[in-house]
Amino acid sequence: MAVNDLYRDYLLSWFGTTGEASDVVLSSRVRLARNFDRLPFPNRANQKQLAQVQNLISSVFTKIEAVSGQPYDVVGMDAITEVERNILAEKQLISTRMAKTPEYRSAYISEDRNVSILINEEDHLRIQCMASGLNLAQPFDDASKIDDVIEEKLDLAFDERLGYLTTCPTNLGTGLRASVILHLPGLVYTRNMHNITNIAQQLGISVRGLYGEGSETVGNMFIVSNQLTLGFSEQGLIENLTSSVSEIVSHERRARKALVAYSKTRLEDAVWRAYGILQYARSLGESEVLELISKVRMGIDMGLLHGAPPERFSEILIASRPSYIRNLVGNDNLSQAELDRKRAEMVRRVLAGG
Amino acid sequence: MLCDDCHKNEACIHITQISPEGKIDKNLCEKCASRYGNFMQDPESEDYTVNDFLKGIFSKSPREESTVPQGLVCPNCGMTYQDFVHSGKIGCSVCYSTFRKQLIPFLKRIHGSVLHSGKIPKRSGGALVVQHEIDVLKEQLQMAVKSEEYEKAAEYRDRIRSLEQKLAAEREGAESDGSK
Repeated sequence: MAVNDLYRDYLLSWFGTTGEASDVVLSSRVRLARNFDRLPFPNRANQKQLAQVQNLISSVFTKIEAVSGQPYDVVGMDAITEVERNILAEKQLISTRMAKTPEYRSAYISEDRNVSILINEEDHLRIQCMASGLNLAQPFDDASKIDDVIEEKLDLAFDERLGYLTTCPTNLGTGLRASVILHLPGLVYTRNMHNITNIAQQLGISVRGLYGEGSETVGNMFIVSNQLTLGFSEQGLIENLTSSVSEIVSHERRARKALVAYSKTRLEDAVWRAYGILQYARSLGESEVLELISKVRMGIDMGLLHGAPPERFSEILIASRPSYIRNLVGNDNLSQAELDRKRAEMVRRVLAGG
Repeated sequence: MLCDDCHKNEACIHITQISPEGKIDKNLCEKCASRYGNFMQDPESEDYTVNDFLKGIFSKSPREESTVPQGLVCPNCGMTYQDFVHSGKIGCSVCYSTFRKQLIPFLKRIHGSVLHSGKIPKRSGGALVVQHEIDVLKEQLQMAVKSEEYEKAAEYRDRIRSLEQKLAAEREGAESDGSK
């Protein structure tokens, strides 16, 4: 398969429109942090040791492919351009840390894009598996199987009492970070988001905006994940997060119902206006698109807007990101105005069905 | 520094505009900057990371600080306790044994617990898997005794016994092999 597709495709099967509670939950992800025994962690390893990590993991590459039942793309971070790295970060297949400092780092990305294994990120290995909708069990199972075939051949850093040893003490134990991306326009518009954030914290769960900075989130999308990793079983952590997320989902649905009950006409108007702008605008800003997509997606999920396939709006989320557009145009130095014009063009193209 | 455009508000954004007429550098306030286009700041570029936070926790603890023996260095990667305090990051798997005494109180503060109860590697953790099963059974045994379910308790006790025998046999076997 052409690696080029990695940068040009805007369809990610795990992002979006199918699976449980997909009217609110866009995707689920499980990440396992693993390190090799005795080899210094990436922050203290020299170049030779970093290269050694890459050699070790490539010695089990065929086993990883076999257990996943699909081929992988091996992407050396210093072998691709900065824009290409940023696209992978926009698609959340790699971290921004990897995009910024590519030396001796690489990623194994599965053909279906549901798995990406990051090598020499903060830890030697970060095994990440994704699924659409609210479904953390499947990604955990996938990640755990990959973990098993690696451990079968290679010695991992593990301590009887402390569990899997990690670079940052906050990942110690299970090394597991489970996270879901939620679309919560109802809670944002009814001004209930801060309640959710406060309650979640007390339950050992963190909530932050997917796009935007600090308290200024853009597009009403949030990442919810477990904070603690030590002292609980993986199943326990996943069950805890799943039940908390289910609770947030029911609050979101209630908030949406309340919005319809109190101001259906205004809501409908906002949804259709947003759809109109996406279809006809000739220049669209980055945050503007996110706000518009959120409204349209809410309209579709609430049955206010018909005839627009919801998956288009997951695709726009990828196709409207700056690095994606820069790569498509083949120009890293697009002016802001040019970028906004291309973005509007891209949105129209996706809406027309590619 | 005041904004180059309105000269009223504090400048917080630096922009570089490249056009056919040449390059313009400006320091702007948020309001004026928004007229130059709609751009977002990278949320992950925040300067304050979890490691900075940990650094803060670790360095502000004179009690533990004084118990760190001078010259304690990880024999495997060369990390000192001071390195850890500065970066908030651990150097290698051996560091966790080297600095165990110092780390445990911090880990307790972060996680509330310092006993892993999750997955155990199958190959290197062979005996540990059995041990873990025994620990879980012992817990269940106590619960059963507490709730006076003695039949269940006896069942757990028998399973614990057979697992302990298995474990002892494995250890003996390992010793006679001379490997682990």
